Amino acid sequence: MKSEFTPPSGKIANINGQCIPLIGNDIDTDRIIPARFLKCVNFDSLGESVFEDDRKTLKGKHPFDLKENKNASILIVNSNFGCGSSREHAPQALIRWGIKSIIGESFADIFYSNCIAIGIPCFTLPKKSIVEIQNYCDNQFLFLEIDLKKSLAKSKDFNLNLEIKETSRKMFLSGEWDATSTLLENENLIENKFTQLPYIRLNSNLL
Amino acid sequence: MSQNTLFDKVWDLHKVSSLPGGSDQIFIGLHLIHEVTSPQAFGALKDKNLKVKFPERTVATVDHIVPTDNQSRPFKDNLAEQMIETLEKNCLEHKIRFFNIGSGNQGIVHVVAPELGLTQPGMTIACGDSHTSTHGAFGSIAFGIGTSQVRDVLATQTIAINKLKVRQIWCDKKLSKGVFAKDLVLHIINELGVKAGVGFAYEFAGPAIDELSMEERMTICNMSIEGGARCGYINPDEKTFSYIKNKLCAPKSEHWDKAVTWWKSLKSDENSIYDDVIKLDASRVEPTVTWGITPGQSISINQQIPLLNDLSPNEKLVAKEAYEYMSFKPGQYIKDTPVDVCFIGSCTNGRISDLRVAAKVLKNKKVSKNVKAFVVPGSEKVATEAKLEGLDQIFKDSGFQWREPGCSMCLAMNSDKLIGNQVSASSSNRNFKGRQGSPSGRTLLMSPAMVAAAAINGKVSDVRELIN
Repeated sequence: MKSEFTPPSGKIANINGQCIPLIGNDIDTDRIIPARFLKCVNFDSLGESVFEDDRKTLKGKHPFDLKENKNASILIVNSNFGCGSSREHAPQALIRWGIKSIIGESFADIFYSNCIAIGIPCFTLPKKSIVEIQNYCDNQFLFLEIDLKKSLAKSKDFNLNLEIKETSRKMFLSGEWDATSTLLENENLIENKFTQLPYIRLNSNLL
Repeated sequence: MSQNTLFDKVWDLHKVSSLPGGSDQIFIGLHLIHEVTSPQAFGALKDKNLKVKFPERTVATVDHIVPTDNQSRPFKDNLAEQMIETLEKNCLEHKIRFFNIGSGNQGIVHVVAPELGLTQPGMTIACGDSHTSTHGAFGSIAFGIGTSQVRDVLATQTIAINKLKVRQIWCDKKLSKGVFAKDLVLHIINELGVKAGVGFAYEFAGPAIDELSMEERMTICNMSIEGGARCGYINPDEKTFSYIKNKLCAPKSEHWDKAVTWWKSLKSDENSIYDDVIKLDASRVEPTVTWGITPGQSISINQQIPLLNDLSPNEKLVAKEAYEYMSFKPGQYIKDTPVDVCFIGSCTNGRISDLRVAAKVLKNKKVSKNVKAFVVPGSEKVATEAKLEGLDQIFKDSGFQWREPGCSMCLAMNSDKLIGNQVSASSSNRNFKGRQGSPSGRTLLMSPAMVAAAAINGKVSDVRELIN
């Protein structure tokens, strides 16, 4: 758990940080943050409970408990990371622990959109590269400099062409990942759409 | 790219704009909220000094945290009480219709909205819950969203989202006797894998799907997300229309015919184009049970747990984790595995037809002495109907505990939890590590009929041997 949490805001173009590898496919959001921690009306205290049950099982050996990962901020994962429940508490717990970006083989859909919505860029790389990075991290620190403009990540030993959905990349570079104000700009269009939808009229008696 | 499918038609109808970044701004016709994923969204509205744009397009109920033994207020659990109070306060302040406990219409959000007739073909439906895909059974485009998107829907009635691709899953022939929608969807997820649906909406179609009741169709669409598809749907037909007719919020009088005419126009055209099509033979599906820690790790009741060498390289990593966590040996039969807890309920299988089929299996039988069994109706309406039909008595006579409606041990946010490494036979949707409230608890997913059979025998059983 890092010191005072400040949520990201505005344009996100560069992320520099130490990598933390987490090995496993299909790591679901129940594992990222077990349901009992969802009993809250804000996200403030989630950071300390991230991976709570997995960490207890591994008795201090979980990557999120290792001293050398204390300051890490770029999470390296395998395939279908964040599957299952739509709980935004999962990326909220990760970001509060200190994760600023995730690189993986693949991500579940809802988890991915939740990450975008709170300012965590997620990138994909082929399995081979992910395994290579995870193995590298076994023996030494890996600091990556991520450049969203070029979709590149660099270190002294790596030069990686990261993949990211073009829409997400643009949203981070423009700051529109924080979507509410962009959506509100189209207030007139929203109201027009509302009046055009057939079921709004047909259900005039309902709500 | 898909063309002329129901998905394309509904998406195009709801598209408000193309956003500068390239994603679409989509109008959400019906927004459902509950106590777990909404408080932070209301908090964010307050921080941004925004109000709810169309309060009449949002409907609330309380389901995840409610106790199922004693629902009198204040709840014994202070945090649970705080969450329901926050929802009550937010709904009151923003003039959102709230179906609270005791209203007669409270229950699991994905059970309640269809039974009220809120869920209708051609709508876009969003909710801060991944099982929102359930509503696709009516030919709506329904998907789960996170709390930031709940905030966006409250503030703008729209979200920013990329259009999904469409995969048709064509289910040929018919399910055989003793085989249910749950078995079919577990089979589909096993065949395709838990991440095959990422980036896709699933259209379930074919004779086996046509044959299913609306509640069975909801079971299928409900678990789309377990196959990675955020959204799953079925083209509406006469069954859909007759299910909706006369429901509280269904179109009335002169609007009804117009609605049906419009709904009929929504189905995927004969010549529609899909991004992918998968065909399978539903008649070959058998009662299916999960053995692992993802909903894709399932086998037929008479099969052995797969050997590592029988699995593809991609499946091996999670299989090894699953053998260890579940304490199962590769090659072991799933049948006759002793169970400690039997749970019937959830947004997957907590509807009246699920209770009927389980009660039929349990009638004049007793739950094994070694098993704790309980049934949690999906909603107050389901509970009322079950009592009218005397199903509650059949459950109680057999040794099942009869509980109050809620999500309960599907995700164990209330006091219904597994203890230690107990094994549960569960009609819910997720067998993830720790899902049912104990960090070492083990979940075997199956149909409600199979849960009833497991309860009687105290071990995983083939329900067909009990009903024939």
